[in-house]
Amino acid sequence: MRILLFLSDFIVPFIIFLIICFGILKRIQVYDTFVKGARSGFLTVAGILPTLIGLMTAVGILRASGFLNWLSGLLGRITVCIGFPGELVPLAVVRMFSSSAAAGLLLDVYKEYGTDSFLGLAASIAMSCTETIFYTMSVYFMAVKVTKTRYTLTGALAATGAGLAASVILAGMMI
Amino acid sequence: MLNYLWAGMILTGIVYAAATGRIPDVTNAAVDSAKEAVALCVTMTGVISLWSGLMEIASAAGIIRSISGKMQPLLKFLYPDLPAGHPAQKSIAANMIANFLGLGWAATPAGLKAMEELGKLEDDRRSGRMSGPARRKGTAGNEMCTFLIVNISSLQLIPVNVIAYRSQYGSVNPSAIIGAGIAATAVSTGTAVIFCRMMERMKKR
Repeated sequence: MRILLFLSDFIVPFIIFLIICFGILKRIQVYDTFVKGARSGFLTVAGILPTLIGLMTAVGILRASGFLNWLSGLLGRITVCIGFPGELVPLAVVRMFSSSAAAGLLLDVYKEYGTDSFLGLAASIAMSCTETIFYTMSVYFMAVKVTKTRYTLTGALAATGAGLAASVILAGMMI
Repeated sequence: MLNYLWAGMILTGIVYAAATGRIPDVTNAAVDSAKEAVALCVTMTGVISLWSGLMEIASAAGIIRSISGKMQPLLKFLYPDLPAGHPAQKSIAANMIANFLGLGWAATPAGLKAMEELGKLEDDRRSGRMSGPARRKGTAGNEMCTFLIVNISSLQLIPVNVIAYRSQYGSVNPSAIIGAGIAATAVSTGTAVIFCRMMERMKKR
């Protein structure tokens, strides 16, 4: 545990160190090259800003309307029948839209049921094997002006569903 | 699809809020979220520029080429129609490595670059310079679908932030979920790969 957190503290500086070392060994004008890359990164972010404003406004409206809570309540009643705990449904639903909002719900689960309870474990695993579907899809597809996304959403939902199911089963095995 | 999804989110939100009397909340949320998006972009500008700069050095030093060379079997397996040595391979490899390590901020610029290269691949297919199915402009190619589905299936091996939250909330063993997390990630990514394979097969017929 200690070692892991220690490693995760070190990974960023270590990678930066490694990249710059290699750059110097290959006799690259490291600073010039860095600035060139940073400029393109800067432009990238400026380019996705409008997409982000659109996306976050839509997510904000949807969350504030209470629709997600209603949907979670409804889905919760259904998922209990197939063995997926209703308490985790809001987390699973919100996770698809917003990473920070999902983190808030994860902490709620910890406070209410404990980090090492079945629900706490299942929520932790679920958080680590899923991603924000709508954020990823809109940022990446809008960047290349693709609007016909074909089977991407279905595939993303299938992968997320499988991850959620696996989280509940694995948490059950850990208790 | 994205257009309907976006419109659907907003329209559903407004109609539901009107029905349940939460219209003032929606007004605030709309304005606040737009503001939040700009704040997020300001944060992102710093981190993403930093990583883009470092990636530029890494790619000039040939690090990314050698990594994507080592990942050739995996790339060939995930993207069978993407020719070896295509520039998209390098960006995809860099994006995957950053995701494995949990460096989301580093994964984004590489991922956007990968999408750009895949867009060029589609252009080349349309004009007949590359083999593969030609699709109309604005339509996602198979590689784009696979790339995003695999990305969304989460590749991160060690969920550092979840572990940090767990220890903050008094878990006796915060890192106990690492093994299970890797297993669950393997399940979701495995599902993603199988799904993409099935779709590619079906479309070929």
